[in-house]
Amino acid sequence: MRLRPAGGSLMSTSLLVVQILNGLQLGVLLFLIAAGLTLVFGVMDFINLAHGVQYMLGAYLAVAIYALTDGFLAALVLALAAMLAFGLLLEFAVFRHLYDRDHLDHVIATFGIILFLNQGVKLVWGAAPLSLPMPELFSGSVKLADGLLYPVWRLVVIASGLAVAALLYWLVAHTRIGMLVRAGATNAAMVSALGVNIRRLFMIVFGFGAMLAGFAGIMIAPILSVEPGMGDTVLILAFVVIVIGGIGSIRGAFVAALLIGLVDTLGRSFSVDILRLVMGPSPARTVGPAIASMLIYLLMAVVLYIRPTGLFPAKGR
Amino acid sequence: MPASLAASLPRPRGGLPAGMLPAGIFLVLALLPLVGSFTGGSYLMSLGSRVMIFAIAATALDLLIGFSALISFGHAAFIGLGAYSVGILSAYGITDALVSLPVALAVSAAFAFLTGMVCLRTTGVYFIMITLAFGQMAFFTASSLAPFGGDDGLIVAARNTLAGFPLLRNDRTFYYVVLFCLLATYLFCRALVASRFGRVVRGAKENPVRVATIGFDVYRFQLAIYVVAGALAGLAGFLLANATEFVSPAYMSWQRSGELIVMVLLGGLGSLDGAIIGAAAYLLTEEWLSGVTEHWKVIFGPMLVLIVLFARGGLIGLASAVVRRFIRG
Repeated sequence: MRLRPAGGSLMSTSLLVVQILNGLQLGVLLFLIAAGLTLVFGVMDFINLAHGVQYMLGAYLAVAIYALTDGFLAALVLALAAMLAFGLLLEFAVFRHLYDRDHLDHVIATFGIILFLNQGVKLVWGAAPLSLPMPELFSGSVKLADGLLYPVWRLVVIASGLAVAALLYWLVAHTRIGMLVRAGATNAAMVSALGVNIRRLFMIVFGFGAMLAGFAGIMIAPILSVEPGMGDTVLILAFVVIVIGGIGSIRGAFVAALLIGLVDTLGRSFSVDILRLVMGPSPARTVGPAIASMLIYLLMAVVLYIRPTGLFPAKGR
Repeated sequence: MPASLAASLPRPRGGLPAGMLPAGIFLVLALLPLVGSFTGGSYLMSLGSRVMIFAIAATALDLLIGFSALISFGHAAFIGLGAYSVGILSAYGITDALVSLPVALAVSAAFAFLTGMVCLRTTGVYFIMITLAFGQMAFFTASSLAPFGGDDGLIVAARNTLAGFPLLRNDRTFYYVVLFCLLATYLFCRALVASRFGRVVRGAKENPVRVATIGFDVYRFQLAIYVVAGALAGLAGFLLANATEFVSPAYMSWQRSGELIVMVLLGGLGSLDGAIIGAAAYLLTEEWLSGVTEHWKVIFGPMLVLIVLFARGGLIGLASAVVRRFIRG
C-alpha cells in the first residue's frame, strides 16, 4: 500500500523520523485489520478473505454517513455500529454454516463476497475515489523539530491504534471473554465441551473483528482515497502479518504489523539510495522499487523458512 | 481410504459410465469451430481457446489441490512466467515456438522447483500463504520490468511461428493446437495420477506419516508434482501470450490465483474432468453475465457463495446427485 509521503524536509535524519512515523502508522493500521483476522483464524479456524472488504465498507459507510450528518464523530460511531451489525449478519447468513467445512470452501465463499462487495460499492457510490474530510480539530500539522512538520491526523491514527491495542490486550488477557477466546484459540472443541456456548463466542469475535477492520478503514479514509478494491491490498498485507506473527496470536500480530509497516515504508523510501551505494543511479532506480515492494514477502518467506508456524505461534496448534 | 488407493484411478462419483464425460467434453470442443463457421466464428473460437487455456492451468492446479492437498494460492505466477517467456523472447526477436515453448516450460518448472523447496517445508494454512507470497513476488518483479512494459504490460508483435511456419496465426489452427495441448495435458495427468508415482502422492494426501513410514520420501514426491503442475501452468501461459498477443503483470495477480482455485473447486476436486468443466463454467458465466450487466460480479459473487453452501463437490457433484436421483426415479 502506497501512502502519500507526509512532511517534507531536507535533512535525512528528519526524513528518517518522518518515515519511521509513517511506518508506525501503517503498522498500527495493519494491526487493526490483522487483529480481527487472526482472532477469526485462530479461534474458528476460518479463512476470511472478505476481511479486507470489511475495511473498505467501513470507509464507505463513514463517507456516506458523513454526507448525512456532517460530523466526523457521528460518522465514526454510526459506521462502527453499522459494521458490527454487518459482521454479525455475515456470520449469521453465511459463515456459521462453513465452520466445519475445509479451508477451500472458506476461500471460495469469501472470494464470492469480495466480488460482490467490491462491485456493490461501485454500483452504489460509483467507481470514482471518494474522500472523507478529517475533523477540523486535527487537520493541521505539528512541529516535531526545526523544519520537521508532521500532520496531526497521522499522529491521531497512531495513537488510536495503540489505544485499541492496549484495549485488546486488556480484553484478551484480563477478562472472562478474553480467557474464553484464548482457550478457544487453543482448543475450541474442549471449550465447547466445558459448557461454553462456542457459537455465541464465535459470533461475538466475528462481529468485533468486522468492527476493528471498519475502524481501520474509517481512520485511514481522510488520508487515503476511498475506492473499490482498496481492501484487497490491505487484505494480503494483513495475511502476511498474521502468518509472520503466528496465527491466532494477538501479540504476534502486533509485533509483525509494526515490523511490516516499518520494513515496507522504510524500504520504499530508502531502497534506491541504499542500492546506489553498490550500483549506478539508473539501475538503482529500476531495481529499487521492485525490491522495495517485494521486501515484506521476502521477509515472510524467510520467517516461514526458519519458523514454519510464525514468530509467536499460539500454543497447542 | 485404502480402497481408493488400490483403484487405478479415482472413481467417478456420478451415475455416468467412466470415460463418457471426458469423451463428450473433447468431442464438443473438437466440433466447436465447425459450429462457429456458420455463426461469426472468430468470437466463439477465441472464447473457446481462452477456456481451454485456463482449463490447462486448472487441470495443473487440480494435481496439487485435488490429488496432493497442496493448496497453492500463487499458481497464476506460473502462467505469468510462461507468458513473459514468450513476450521477452519475442522482444529480442526470437519468435519460434520451438525455442519459446521449452523456455516457458523450463522457466516455470525452475521457479516451481526453487519456491517449492521452501513452500513444502510448511503445511496447511501456512502453505497457502507462502505460495501467495511467492506469487506476489513474481507479480511485483513483472510490474517493475521497465524495459518490458512494467505495469502496463508488453505487446507481443505476432504469434510464435512453429519451426518457421506461421501456423499459429490462423485462428482455427491455433484453436486446434490449444485443444491438442489440453488433450495432451489431460491424458498426461490421468496417467500420472494412476501411476505408481501418483499413488504415492495420493497416499501422502490421505496420510503423509504412513506413506513416510512405508519408506517414501514424501517431500521429494510433493516437490516433483509441484514442479509438474508449475510447468503445465507455464504451458498455459505460453498459449495465453500467443492467444492475446499481450503479456501483463495482471496475469499473475493474486485475484487470478483465486479464480483458478475457484475453477478447480467449481468443477469438483480431484477429478481432472472437473477442472475442465470448472474452467468452462467460470469463464462462460463471466462472459454471459458481463454481457447482461457491467455489474456482473454483484450476481456472480453470491452465486459462488450459494454453490459453496448448497452444492458440495462442485458442479460434477451436483450433476451426479441429480443424475442419481433421476435414475432412481
